[in-house]
Amino acid sequence: MADTNTEPDDRPLWGPAAYLLLVRIWMRAASQYRVSLLLTTIAQLFTTCLDLIAILVIYSHVRTIAGFTLPETLYLYGTTRLAFAVSDALASGVENLATMIRLGNFDLVLIRPVSSLAQVLADQFTPKRFGKLAAPILTLGWAIDALPLHWTAARAAVAIGTVVCGFVLYCALWVLTGCISFIAVDAQEVANSFTYGSENATEYPLSIFGRPLGLALTFVLPVAFVTWQPSLYVLGHADPFGLPEFLRFASPAAAAVLCGLAALAWRTCIRHYRSTGS
Amino acid sequence: MTTTPTTDPIILAEGLTKTFGSGAGRFRRRRTTDGDFTAVDGIDLRIAPGELVGYIGPNGAGKSTTIKMLTGILTPTSGLLRVAGFEPQRDRVRLARRIGVVFGQRTTLWWDLPLKDSFTLLQRLYRIPPARFAENLAYYTAALDLGEFLDRPVRRLSLGQRMRGDITAALLHDPAVVYLDEPTIGLDVVSKHAVREFLSDLNQRTGTTILLTTHDIADIERLCSRVVAIDHGRVTYDGSIGDLRADRDLETVVRELYLGRSLVDTTE
Amino acid sequence: MRVYLTAVRLSLRRYLAYRSSAAAGTFTNTVFGCIRAFVLMALWKQKPEIGGWDLADAVTYAFLTQGLLAPMGVFMTSTELGPRIRTGDVAVDLYRPVDFQTWWLSLDLGRALGGGLLRTVPPVLFGVLLFPVRLPLNPLRWAEFAVCCALGYLIGFGLRYLASLATFWTMDERGMNSILVALGMFCSGLIIPLSVVPGALGTVLLHTPWAGIMQMPINVLLGTQSGGFGYALAFGAFWAVLLLAAGRMLTDVARHKVVVQGG
Repeated sequence: MADTNTEPDDRPLWGPAAYLLLVRIWMRAASQYRVSLLLTTIAQLFTTCLDLIAILVIYSHVRTIAGFTLPETLYLYGTTRLAFAVSDALASGVENLATMIRLGNFDLVLIRPVSSLAQVLADQFTPKRFGKLAAPILTLGWAIDALPLHWTAARAAVAIGTVVCGFVLYCALWVLTGCISFIAVDAQEVANSFTYGSENATEYPLSIFGRPLGLALTFVLPVAFVTWQPSLYVLGHADPFGLPEFLRFASPAAAAVLCGLAALAWRTCIRHYRSTGS
Repeated sequence: MTTTPTTDPIILAEGLTKTFGSGAGRFRRRRTTDGDFTAVDGIDLRIAPGELVGYIGPNGAGKSTTIKMLTGILTPTSGLLRVAGFEPQRDRVRLARRIGVVFGQRTTLWWDLPLKDSFTLLQRLYRIPPARFAENLAYYTAALDLGEFLDRPVRRLSLGQRMRGDITAALLHDPAVVYLDEPTIGLDVVSKHAVREFLSDLNQRTGTTILLTTHDIADIERLCSRVVAIDHGRVTYDGSIGDLRADRDLETVVRELYLGRSLVDTTE
Repeated sequence: MRVYLTAVRLSLRRYLAYRSSAAAGTFTNTVFGCIRAFVLMALWKQKPEIGGWDLADAVTYAFLTQGLLAPMGVFMTSTELGPRIRTGDVAVDLYRPVDFQTWWLSLDLGRALGGGLLRTVPPVLFGVLLFPVRLPLNPLRWAEFAVCCALGYLIGFGLRYLASLATFWTMDERGMNSILVALGMFCSGLIIPLSVVPGALGTVLLHTPWAGIMQMPINVLLGTQSGGFGYALAFGAFWAVLLLAAGRMLTDVARHKVVVQGG
């Protein structure tokens, strides 16, 4: 009786299916704390507005920053913020990896017959994370309305693609940087400076960072493909760095590369996992 | 005298070794004082299906490391390892459906959820056919007397209740192999007895292979026909209980094992 | 008195034990210091003088705020007091023969000193080396800066202490915390210098207690504080005393509540 697996379907539960299942369970557990949830969602809403207010304050003094007007910068802000907010909602469970490893709970992840990544990404999922979506959506709406652009099908497609690829890029970044907890269990903040830092840095025209850093953010840590490059096309701006035209459409490739690296990093870290205590 | 099973072993280890390098250790707060630390040093193990084996040794001997390699948590540094035909680390997900694990020190259940919700979640994760799941759940609810606290969140269960929940959780998917890491630790005498009887019954009734790590002599005495002892990463004894104790009492023998005194038929 | 000093020392020692985690935090501070510096530089390149600052002042501000983040505890609340109230462990603390508020101040001070030792210099040094950061050489300025920082710290503690005490009534500090942190981040000038905020909003922001935590001490250091050191001193002292006194009153109310309700 113990050895029979008579069901014809012997395949393990598919990763994304496991992810959704666990998300549902976490949401149910979180719903027990409704008031706290509401307060935290409001706080999230408020926090996301802060960077927006900073941009508005800056533009109250000048008309352009690095050659970009307010609607243009808000477009950059809206796209990167939206992509990040969605990725944060779905993938920031990886921030808890350090605690899981430290408490020995990551072992429990590894004995389950589902993808370890799915389990970690779903960890402590709360609906409060969706509070971060409101500000960027509204901002993007306003910016698109205020931009003196003629919206062709191509432009719209690239704009939508910007957010989608940005989302994928950020998810890959969450996983890739989250792996640092496997190496140094105290270093979660370093990972945060890459994820939150990238988001912060891409809210503004990338040219404010100067040429060497700007190129590094294009070819070394490819956050330029989150919104900057494709937005140069959408906004009809010339590239201040003078990079070739085809890079405007290279976001999907950048996303694919980063995903590959993330998957590789994750698998390697699992293989070398040391497990604390007995 | 090491008994060699005549059927294909369900757990097979040859020259299994795990060495922890000090490279990554540099970043961790717990420093490794020596350079490389060999937790498990070339152990051989053959466990046939249906055996109930006790795995004993002093703390730091390498028991947990072995179990972690068997369950796919750790990657062996070298040596051969097969469990139920799978290579544990590489085929982790597929192996996980064939094994169950019970940790005495911590729960595998979801803290904030009622016990039965944990079980339902496990049913989905392990893809247990609904009919089978209902049957198993009913059986274990009766056998382990879970009825009165099925609705209670795991965080509000007593140690004994939680342990019964953990055991159920490990068995709902009819695993071929079950690992129990100190399952009776902290339990009162009555509960310990209940758990032992249950495990013995499980093994006899279903032929589930059980590997039991314990410090409790009574556990070994009651349950295990075979004992594997490990110290400093090496097997110091592998054989039947009867041969082990000869005409001495089990407690004396185990103490000698723990102290590292070699026995007649082992080599160091 | 000695009890409190011991608390400070132990808290400091505990903080210093987590060096790698502090290092990680310092890395983050430096990264964000850079980002904020670039943003402010882009603004000042367009308009060379805003709110009495030039570009060097703005960049200095960006790195100083990041350096002061850890000791001032802008990103945190009294993380231990809140949970202890929730679990009820605080009942033990209330019956200790020490002054409750001073006790928590001592613990927090130890942490702040640790933060200051480990995390303040690196971001600022980074800024000095790679950015047009300009620090004054006048020792008097630095002394004034130190005094304002001390007052700023007390204001910060006062705010966090009150927020943590609120847990006695709300029983769940997490939602409250998030809002306070968000508010603190903005109002202390972390996101954007308060002197840059135009109009009525700017004026209001310059008069909240949060303004005294980092914005004012840095203004004093840069020599751009309107009203000078005297004004900053009065402002800081006013808010520090007010908040700490409010904290004491609230502690008594809380203690009474605990006694009456039995914890």
